[in-house]
Amino acid sequence: MRVARPRPQKVLAALSGGVDSAVAAARAVDAGHDVTCVHLALTHGIDGSGCCTPDDARDAARVADVLGVPYYVWDLADTFAASVIDDFVASYASGQTPNPCVRCNERIKFAAVLDRARALGFDGLVTGHHARVADGVLRRSVDRAKDQSYVLGTLRRDQLAGAVFPVGTSTKQAVRAEARERGLLVSEKPDSFDVCFTGQDTAGFLRAALGPQPGPIVDREGAVVGAHDGAYAFTVGQRRGVPLGGGTREPRYVLSIEPASRTVVVGSREELAVTSLTGTASTYEGPSRSCDVQLRAHADPIAADVTVRGDELAIALHEPAFGIAPGQAVVLYDGDVVLGGAWISSTNVGA
Amino acid sequence: MTAYLDHAATTPLVDEAYEAVTRALREIGNPSSLHGPGRRARRVVEESRETVASVLGARPSEVVFTGGGTESDNLAVKGLFWAARAADPARDRVIASRVEHHAVLDAVTWLHDAEGARVTWIEVDGLGRVHPDALAAALAADGGPATAALVTVMWANNEVGTVNDVAALAELAHAHGIPFHTDAVQAVGQLDVDFAASGADALTVSAHKVGGPVGVGALLLGRDADVTPLLHGGGQERDVRSGTVDVAGIAGFAAALEVVRRDGAARAVQLMALRDELVERVLAAVPDAVLNGDPSPSGRLPGNAHLSFPGCEGDALLMLLDAQGVACSTGSACTAGVAKPSHVLLAMGQDIARARGSLRFSLGHTTQPADIDELVAVLPGAVERARLAGAVRPSR
Repeated sequence: MRVARPRPQKVLAALSGGVDSAVAAARAVDAGHDVTCVHLALTHGIDGSGCCTPDDARDAARVADVLGVPYYVWDLADTFAASVIDDFVASYASGQTPNPCVRCNERIKFAAVLDRARALGFDGLVTGHHARVADGVLRRSVDRAKDQSYVLGTLRRDQLAGAVFPVGTSTKQAVRAEARERGLLVSEKPDSFDVCFTGQDTAGFLRAALGPQPGPIVDREGAVVGAHDGAYAFTVGQRRGVPLGGGTREPRYVLSIEPASRTVVVGSREELAVTSLTGTASTYEGPSRSCDVQLRAHADPIAADVTVRGDELAIALHEPAFGIAPGQAVVLYDGDVVLGGAWISSTNVGA
Repeated sequence: MTAYLDHAATTPLVDEAYEAVTRALREIGNPSSLHGPGRRARRVVEESRETVASVLGARPSEVVFTGGGTESDNLAVKGLFWAARAADPARDRVIASRVEHHAVLDAVTWLHDAEGARVTWIEVDGLGRVHPDALAAALAADGGPATAALVTVMWANNEVGTVNDVAALAELAHAHGIPFHTDAVQAVGQLDVDFAASGADALTVSAHKVGGPVGVGALLLGRDADVTPLLHGGGQERDVRSGTVDVAGIAGFAAALEVVRRDGAARAVQLMALRDELVERVLAAVPDAVLNGDPSPSGRLPGNAHLSFPGCEGDALLMLLDAQGVACSTGSACTAGVAKPSHVLLAMGQDIARARGSLRFSLGHTTQPADIDELVAVLPGAVERARLAGAVRPSR
């Protein structure tokens, strides 16, 4: 018999300086929790001053002021560099397309931060993620367009047991409106889409980290059709910006990246179709079954047959998916409910 | 309710200062104006100047009112450097201790980065003290004393409370004709600070550390000291510092120093007893805690206790104590609020882990034995929790 956990009473609320986490913290206060706010300093300034994002930190501090709760900055830059940034660079270097937001949730927010919070006597961690969680079960947000359950999809049950997502029951629009009503000055702050540590220029960040690594661009038959300065600048499914010689008659897409030979393989859209894939480090605890899978953030779910082999998943898709890269997460859904997740290690396109 | 043990950050306004400030705020008159209201404002400023001078062993003409300790430090460091180098281009070197407050440290670094100054840092010992022989070594280094524009060494350290022999250091600088500045922000109010006896050419003091209001301070500046101004304008303060002077703030500053003159010596004795009790009880409650700085009462600020708690992160301890109503400090943080390992403890030869696991408890005129009771009641639990959190490592 499962004993229902009491609702967390003493909680840590992570404030990014944005609107979602501000409203999440406010709702946690309203719900009667004993709330302490932290802003996570995930990167240090390039000048070595130890500053990360002073504007966001100030906005977060003002939210805590308005809520009348304590506020601190937690310096996680070293852990973030080791667990997320190094992994991001190494993953690109090995021909994969990593998802640093999933990694950050899995290794920073609901690992380093949650573990530290628990050790310090907190019952749970409040964040502004658009998702719902109850009794360790994760569900999609009611706002399907803003749903973030995918980037939380690889969390284990014990991690989810410490998570509180107060805004998952509201649309983004409603969250903004509530922030305005509450007088939170971050209500009009724009959503962020970039990877927080690379800004808009991911290719430039990788070039600086990895240096030039020129190699060939070939078709599936192995004929050289172009050249590149670094395979890490390419993502499976990418079409724009693929530097090909003349004479190509149809659009070419990146099919796979072979890091050892620095080879980028291109082909037609049909050749990009993924019908089967393998996932590793699965958090799904159930038996083999049919369910929906989501293969990218904001992609539509696809029906699939999932076969469990230890902590690996063999997944056969009922319809083809395009632009699916090793290194991304695969998340299993039953309707709105997240069943578990894994990391894509291979697809039939790269094979 | 709150055990306020952060007087070194700022200490409560004394009643006398509150009354002087509010009285002056009701008056109109710019002290530079030539009419009756102006003269009345000027009288408040000049009487305050005489009070400040007499409490601190200076002449009234040596008191330059400023906007606080940071401005005074910047004026002294940059102003003395610019003037000395202008008089003799060979003097392009700043000599400063490694444990200065950031108001001095960052001004020196700025002179290096933006003005081409050369910098020689004076090493400190394991207690955080600047020895005259360390200053002598710094004077002799990098081209010798003839290349030095100024020497700056704090009177007492703001983090670990270690007191320096300012008179000996100033004498050494003067032997080579080099002006000497000292940041006495933490010393005034707790130690007997006498500008004339110290021999310093410039001395920084701040009102809000001695029971006065925030936003006002002074640079005591010897009449022979040549300083290039930072702020240009009306030349209100000896042509060294421009800007309409803050009459109310200055009146409050002087009133607070009057209280220091009356109560300072007795208060220092009380603070020292309370501080010793705090250290003793903390070490009894957390046996592996370590006192930083000079263990001898005569070598440290009476109100300062600075301790390392092995295995703990200082910021975790601070948060846990804050949640239970104990206010203390870990040291400095950047503008985003990220705690940095103390440059003072690192200069004293401690490792980063010990530097990060340290707390400063600073006592002042409102401190009572009950504050120490509160601290000791909650500290062991906080240390235990912080140790658990400090042992947490990323799970994958």
